[in-house]
Amino acid sequence: MGMTMTQKILAAHAGMECVTAGQLIQAKLDIVMGNDITTAVAIPEFQKTGAKEVFDKEKVVVVLDHFTPNKDIKAAEQCKSCRQFAYDTKIKNFFDVGEVGIEHALLPEKGIVVPGDVIIGADSHTCTYGALGAFSTGIGSTDMAIGMATGECWFKVPSAIKFNLVGKPSKYVSGKDVILHIIGMIGVDGALYQSMEFAGEGIKELSMDDRFTIANMAIEAGAKNGIFPVDELTIAYTKEHSIKPYTVYEADADAEYEAEYTIDLSTLRPTVAFPHLPENTKTIDEIEEVKIDQVVIGSCTNGRFSDMKIAADILRGKKVAKGVRTIIIPATQKIYLDCVKAGYVEDFINAGAIFSTPTCGPCLGGHMGIMAAGERCISTTNRNFVGRMGHVESEVYLASPAVAAASAIAGKIANPEKLEG
Amino acid sequence: MEAKGKVFKYGDNVDTDVIIPARYLNVSSGEELAKYCMIDIDPDFVNKMSKGDIIVATKNFGCGSSREHAPLAIKCAGVSCVIASTFARIFYRNAINIGMPILECEEAANDIEDGNEVSIDFDTGVITNITKNKTYQAQAFPEFIKKIMEADGLVQQTKKRLSN
Repeated sequence: MGMTMTQKILAAHAGMECVTAGQLIQAKLDIVMGNDITTAVAIPEFQKTGAKEVFDKEKVVVVLDHFTPNKDIKAAEQCKSCRQFAYDTKIKNFFDVGEVGIEHALLPEKGIVVPGDVIIGADSHTCTYGALGAFSTGIGSTDMAIGMATGECWFKVPSAIKFNLVGKPSKYVSGKDVILHIIGMIGVDGALYQSMEFAGEGIKELSMDDRFTIANMAIEAGAKNGIFPVDELTIAYTKEHSIKPYTVYEADADAEYEAEYTIDLSTLRPTVAFPHLPENTKTIDEIEEVKIDQVVIGSCTNGRFSDMKIAADILRGKKVAKGVRTIIIPATQKIYLDCVKAGYVEDFINAGAIFSTPTCGPCLGGHMGIMAAGERCISTTNRNFVGRMGHVESEVYLASPAVAAASAIAGKIANPEKLEG
Repeated sequence: MEAKGKVFKYGDNVDTDVIIPARYLNVSSGEELAKYCMIDIDPDFVNKMSKGDIIVATKNFGCGSSREHAPLAIKCAGVSCVIASTFARIFYRNAINIGMPILECEEAANDIEDGNEVSIDFDTGVITNITKNKTYQAQAFPEFIKKIMEADGLVQQTKKRLSN
């Protein structure tokens, strides 16, 4: 019986010819990553194992991106412990303020992750790197600790759901709309314990940034990982960013899938997930008046340069509605600088938005845009659970950067297509 | 190994943000996190519960973030077991890795009500609803996972492995 793309990568890293869904395996890791919140928990666990050093100084990555620049004294203490650990263990890839970016935008940009890798990260959105044709999944701090000590992790080999993408999306339909549509269709546990494997000629219509956004939110359907086949675009991206050797894996023609869906990208519409689950989706055409108090454009889901570009293109020469706090956060220092060079920062500031240093900040209700009771935010982030961005009576609506930017101008959830009039 | 306690019952998709919101993630001590366990879904949970009590929920318990702070807060609050129809996968492996007992059992998850008195035999996977005088059979863990739990979590298991 054939293997899925995920199964092939896992088999190779477990030193096995073949693996099947449900099998428990021990796999070798190419990258082990953590952030300031999860690494702080992993450090004492790592020390308890008795390990004297990390398994490979090149393969452990610590990114201080969540509560940085430090939001309070306790967060500062956590970052201090991570910093000390990074210095003590002499890991090569440690990113502190000044170099830091949001982990899932930063690792691909720095060429740390490449096709064919097995990556674990103590952050649920680690599934992002599946866009590069890698097996990449979120785990907790104990798994991170053991991964750092041994270079291995246990996995239950997942079965898979195949998403066959066809057609070309329209101008304002992005990767975010594709993944929100899929989550709306299969639900927040629709791919529980499974891989979401993307296939089909529609993939060539999706930029790398679109693919990162889609893979990033696989976890919001409960998936273990999301993965894209490696094509010319992936290879070009990899060569531009990395000197690491990479391996291209392909699903077998007779691989088994638990379910298969065909999605015609040309029929998709800008899509918004209503509170309090990412599966509560509506197309922009189905939405009646929803007034907003805040807009967030950024995060590991949508803080990349193309996200900044579309926001700038929409906001340029316009003003955000009075009373709508518009917070724009590029995901990395490089993206920040590219936005400066492209003139986007001027566009944002002239429009009445703010432009911040990279941080996960408001996405998880950390800092930089916490909401009061009764307030509403349209956000390009990935979760809209109760209390996610602040008070339990605040609301988060998930959308693409285009919809978020158009909404900032309108003061209510708005269709970017209508701005072109 | 056995557990017995009063049930606190919740529904589908209890996410890690309501189990332990990010505003409390600037500390990593289990005892500190336990003070805020379930605060955004059941603000009085910590005051109402007694050591050994049990959380029962339906599908996709623990969805969302990878924060191990969620099972850690539940464990350190004194909850003896979480029973659910299904668990989100990162929560599932985090719970196993830190030695927080969890059981998947759809029948129990659907039938057990808030306030019921429940006992659990972890060796057999039998859940007894003392209030309703009913039993349910939970899925047994694979041998691989049992070994992690018997070693009191992955860290202890790895410590033994590295010292050999």
